[in-house]
Amino acid sequence: MSMELDVFVGNTTIMDMEVYQLWLDGLTVSDAVKVRMDEGALLECEANPEVLTSDTMDQFRTFQMCERLLHSPTKLGSQLLYQIPAQNQIILIERYYEFDSVFAREVLGKKLSKGTKKDLDDTSCKTGITLKSCRRQFDNFKRVFKVVEELKGPLVENIQRHFLLSDTLARDYAAIVFFANSRFETGKRKLQYLSFQDFAFCAGQLISYWTIGAMGAPTVPDSMMEDMDVDLEKEFLNELKDLKVLVNDKDMMDQHKILVCAALRGKIKVYKLMEVNFKNLSRALINLASKLTHTKDVRDLFIDLVEKFIEPCRYDRWTVAEITLFLTHYTNAAHCLGTFRHQMIWDRYMGVIKSCILQMYHE
Amino acid sequence: MPGKLKAKIVAGRHLPVMDRASDLTDAFVEVKFGNTTFKTDVFPKSLNPQWNSEWFKFEVDDEDLQDEPLQITVLDHDTYSANDAIGKVYIDIDPLLSCEAATVISGWLPIYDTIHGIRGEINVLVKVDLFNDLNRFRQSSCGVKFFCTTSIPRCYRVALVHGFVEELVVNEDPEYQWIDRIRTPRASNEARQRLISLMSGELQRKIGLKVLEMGGNAVVGYLQCFDLEGESGLVVRAIGTACTLDKLSPGTAPNTTTHTNTHTLPNTAPTSNACNSPSKDSKEPVFSEDPPHSLSGPPTPLRTLPSSSPPPFSPSKPCSRQSSSSDTDLSLTPRIGMGSGGSVGKEAGPLKTLLRQHTQSALEQREFPIFTLTCFPPGFLVHVGGVVSTRSVKLLDRIHNPDEPETRDAWWEEIRQEIKSHAKALGCHAVVGYSESTSICEEVCILSASGTAAMLNPRFMREGCLDTGGSDHRLSRQPHPGMVGSERGEGEVSSTWLGFEDASPPSCGFVHIPYDEFNMPFPAQLTYCYHCRRQKVPDVLFTTIDLPAEAEVTGKGCLIQARLCRTKKKAQGEVNATSISNLLPFMEYELHTQLMNKLKLRSMNALFGLRIQISVGENMLLGLASATGVYLSALPAPGGIQIAGKTPSDLSYDQHISTMQKRIDDTIAKNKELYNIHPPECIEEVVGSPIPDRQRSSRLFRSTSESSDELSELDLSHGKKDAFVLEIDDTDAVEDIQSLLTDAPIPAGFYSCNTEVMPGIHNWTSGLQMFTSVRVYRLSNANLTNQGLNKIFTDLCENLLKSLYFKLRSMIPCCLCHLNFTVAVPEEELIQVAVTAVAMSFDKETQQAADKALTRGSGENEEQLQFSMEMCGESTISNNQPTAKPSGVPESAMVHSSRDRCSTWLELLRLKAHTIRRGSVKTISSSERCSPLPEGRSRSLRSTRSLPCGAPVTVVKMTPLSFLPGTRIVKYLGIINMFFIRETTSLREEGGVSGFLHSFIAEVFAMVRAHVAALGGNALVSYSMKECVFMENPNKNQAQCLINVSGDAVIFIRESDQEAIPPLLTSRQTSSTGADGTT
Repeated sequence: MSMELDVFVGNTTIMDMEVYQLWLDGLTVSDAVKVRMDEGALLECEANPEVLTSDTMDQFRTFQMCERLLHSPTKLGSQLLYQIPAQNQIILIERYYEFDSVFAREVLGKKLSKGTKKDLDDTSCKTGITLKSCRRQFDNFKRVFKVVEELKGPLVENIQRHFLLSDTLARDYAAIVFFANSRFETGKRKLQYLSFQDFAFCAGQLISYWTIGAMGAPTVPDSMMEDMDVDLEKEFLNELKDLKVLVNDKDMMDQHKILVCAALRGKIKVYKLMEVNFKNLSRALINLASKLTHTKDVRDLFIDLVEKFIEPCRYDRWTVAEITLFLTHYTNAAHCLGTFRHQMIWDRYMGVIKSCILQMYHE
Repeated sequence: MPGKLKAKIVAGRHLPVMDRASDLTDAFVEVKFGNTTFKTDVFPKSLNPQWNSEWFKFEVDDEDLQDEPLQITVLDHDTYSANDAIGKVYIDIDPLLSCEAATVISGWLPIYDTIHGIRGEINVLVKVDLFNDLNRFRQSSCGVKFFCTTSIPRCYRVALVHGFVEELVVNEDPEYQWIDRIRTPRASNEARQRLISLMSGELQRKIGLKVLEMGGNAVVGYLQCFDLEGESGLVVRAIGTACTLDKLSPGTAPNTTTHTNTHTLPNTAPTSNACNSPSKDSKEPVFSEDPPHSLSGPPTPLRTLPSSSPPPFSPSKPCSRQSSSSDTDLSLTPRIGMGSGGSVGKEAGPLKTLLRQHTQSALEQREFPIFTLTCFPPGFLVHVGGVVSTRSVKLLDRIHNPDEPETRDAWWEEIRQEIKSHAKALGCHAVVGYSESTSICEEVCILSASGTAAMLNPRFMREGCLDTGGSDHRLSRQPHPGMVGSERGEGEVSSTWLGFEDASPPSCGFVHIPYDEFNMPFPAQLTYCYHCRRQKVPDVLFTTIDLPAEAEVTGKGCLIQARLCRTKKKAQGEVNATSISNLLPFMEYELHTQLMNKLKLRSMNALFGLRIQISVGENMLLGLASATGVYLSALPAPGGIQIAGKTPSDLSYDQHISTMQKRIDDTIAKNKELYNIHPPECIEEVVGSPIPDRQRSSRLFRSTSESSDELSELDLSHGKKDAFVLEIDDTDAVEDIQSLLTDAPIPAGFYSCNTEVMPGIHNWTSGLQMFTSVRVYRLSNANLTNQGLNKIFTDLCENLLKSLYFKLRSMIPCCLCHLNFTVAVPEEELIQVAVTAVAMSFDKETQQAADKALTRGSGENEEQLQFSMEMCGESTISNNQPTAKPSGVPESAMVHSSRDRCSTWLELLRLKAHTIRRGSVKTISSSERCSPLPEGRSRSLRSTRSLPCGAPVTVVKMTPLSFLPGTRIVKYLGIINMFFIRETTSLREEGGVSGFLHSFIAEVFAMVRAHVAALGGNALVSYSMKECVFMENPNKNQAQCLINVSGDAVIFIRESDQEAIPPLLTSRQTSSTGADGTT
């Protein structure tokens, strides 16, 4: 005797969120049944393995049938096929678009292309996430990217509007889209210690302060609005060249150093080393700024930050607090330089660089 | 030219991509009604076209409006080749034809294709302008309201119940036409869908005509079914109960709708006036055939029958008589009569109706005192006799004139006659809770009908006449040829009725036997009613109706199922029909035995909602009986089950028996606890004397072939109580006991029943989940024995239930209500089980309080009962009012000799076995009796709960019940009756059979919801899935499925939303006191 057919359809679609997670994790039905049994599902309602298998199969099928709708979450609300309570719809969508940060870290900055998708087996092996789940996450990235790429307006809002995601998740997706668009280098060995959250934070900073949309969008004419969050503001990047004066003008550089040293004396343990390295550090940051007009150098932003600034500091055993103090005074001191005329650009640049460095400065 | 149909196509959305090159679609719409077609412009390159068309106007006869659906086809325009159809929408116009139903159809409806399923949605507006007074037109019956609900719809008041209406139409099945060989599957499916839609419309119109002729304005308990007979045709048939309904004015609505029964009922002054006056009004005691039946005992209906009438054991006798007429079935002669006829000379009239008459007069209709209702206003049901059922095996390939309905009409007429005669044999003049069904396998068809024999209160019918000015009705009924007696006589009748009512407290009156105790139609042990102590009641009562609201129940109820599989040899034609006929009585008997055993095991004494389904396959028959068991306080406590070894040979055997006995006793004790059945023990002592002290044990036999000779020898007394004795003398019986005990216990927090509501649960929350579950099992081993099959079948059902419990565990505490199982044998070695039910959660805390109140109340006096129930928010206690006066009718305290149930059953079977020789055979199972109805109480309780804020408006609730807990139905928008076919040639790609069926059922639900929403409704009540035929051919990667669903579209509002809660409560109280006054 064998079960040929076994379906359960509720007027309100029944979805067990625990099983949903197992499905999202890419488990097979039999693995999912095993997991559920280990979690004590058999103790509920006098279930037996047969009942559990039937329920799991049914739930998996339900999710599979709903998956098509989850690809365009706004349809989920207007479709008539499944009657799903609003709060469940939100959970369904949110969970579907949630991703493993380990996986996202792997894909971050890579081109969301077929080629990358083919390499997902490796990613799967490396991260221990099932291939199925990897594919879903990758496809989600790609889908969001495709939709948002073409749209005008603020990135996070666009993602929220089209995918009905929570604010946090939408911000993470914005980071992914931003990285995928600018193709930042994240894969180098030296960057391996950075988590997805580190990068997401940095992306958030870049989006918030360095893109066109960042600076008072309303004043920007409509034609300029395109990709306003996805691409860094060209004009700003060009203006960054002006900061070179801080290292090229020897007087200014010395004065800058004096001001910073005065402010930090006695406040940090690494004062001596700082005093010695000041010019190197300052040069590193300013050079980084001036190079950003080249797309390639934009891509290398993070590796440069690590190589040119974070590593030297780490070598000298700076603490986070010391770095904070240094960068604060380094930034503020520039305002006191009488001849320095690029205060606005300087703040805009250093604000982001400071928060990025602080986020990235850890083991 | 009585009507103008107007349709406007607004927009589409989520359309499929039809042009791969552009990933877009150039969609336009064809709107067709009858032979007229309109088209919209093409809306190029869009998946969300905005047509915003003009109003397309169709000027049509109202007859067509009733028959035809509006057909909307969405197409993709193609310049070079033929336009591709995207899909269709059929819109039933009927709800727009009644002024009280919907006024406009407007909304997003899924575009459906039989091959691809739902493909986007279309927004349409449909209106109807009717020009003339509708009721004057002969061929149309616009304005007659249809309800699937088997009780009086919530916002109506019943003025008059006219009685049974039926109709049947036949057509050639497009699937079997020659053209089907050359057309595409899509075209064939669409032809079929359209045809059935047309036939349903025609059927409804014809039934409407009959209702108008009878003077009614509505059909309640409308049950429409399809018989896919294959080569011989496609039959659409329907039955219902014609009524005159008055819409409750909005002002009075709040109280009446919340508990229709107490309020709308003829329980107040006018009623009694009507009954008292021996005037012409009382001239139509509806069921005049057996006027004096009830009280004084002596002149029982059975005795008044002509000598040819069936003797007490009538269930068997009519059967034997009918079998002679079965010859004619096979020989295809259109039948003129039923041999010696039902039972009474009076019935000569109805015989004529066997010949099809489109204009059947109301008079002849009277000859079928049959009601499809299962829930009644209090007082309507006077007594319940028991279940009456009939089955008949027919050969479809022998129908002389397959395209004409005559033959089938005659078949059903015959069955109804038989049902009626069974009811008579039970001393009853009416059948309630009536339903009909078929099971078809190749050319063999089993027709089944069942119902509950009952005595109804005639005043109910009269009352309406007084205020509705229904002179027509009166006219139609007066010239009743079989009318007994003169005016004076009838006056007496009605006054007797009245007196009777005074004597019987409503909470137990319905269980009192309607038949003569000296001349019982079947063996039963009678005792005095445990409630009123005056009238006789049987020990067990089986019914097909819902538990009457006024019934007093101890503890809770539960679903009881009997399952049976019987192998049969493959055969053709008459041989096949005969072998099926021969098996039927045995199956019925075994199912009955199982039910009885399981009932005893749960310490219960009555079954409600009994539904026995027997499905025929090529090499087996499946029998499934479902019912809700309860402990009726008015009936005696059931005895235990005692196991008796026949050959007490050795010690181990005895031990074995005693272990089993212990297990059974333990189970009974456990069940008592589980269902909270703690009948007052003292009762026996208090009333000891009137209860005849006699040996009341009865015996239960497992094997049908067993001889009954040596039975009486055994000492069967088991303690003080009656005991059912199970003899285990063969492996069969052992298995039987095993299976009895292996019914899995229901998980904690769950209850289940197949009736509208669960006795003993009152405080429903608004948590609601309607579902359908379908399973198909393949029997791998072809050479299975009956027992093996039984085990498989039982496991199948049990596992299905278990899965349901597990799936719905988040709703605990909850009750699965209206559990409706349908079994089928779609192919050799396949068993299909489909379940539709609704899970409703209830509030645990208040539940316990209510339980306490109830158990206490049932054991103690009524005042206390009323008090405690009011404490938990209940106010319709009027039903439990104690009787004021003792019955004026002396009932002889008569010691009834106990009859051996088993031997009579065997006798009956033997009789059947002898008489069944031909293909057409009927078997009857007539059993115990029944009671009134269950809503008022639970509903009023529900109203006191405040509900969580409602979901978005677009949510459409669906339920097989006639109500939604915690809500008030404010409007009925019309009947939803939809038929869909889905076919695939890429079964694997769609997720195999399960994936295919899963999405199809989801699509059907979606389309039903969308149509309800388009009518302006937010719920579908009395939902049922009548048909779910699934066929597959995995080798060809193909599958096909047909689904028919129906229900009533309604608008409900949450009770917590209405401001008028205080008035509601007060009015309820007044209404209940009003009821008190009359009872």
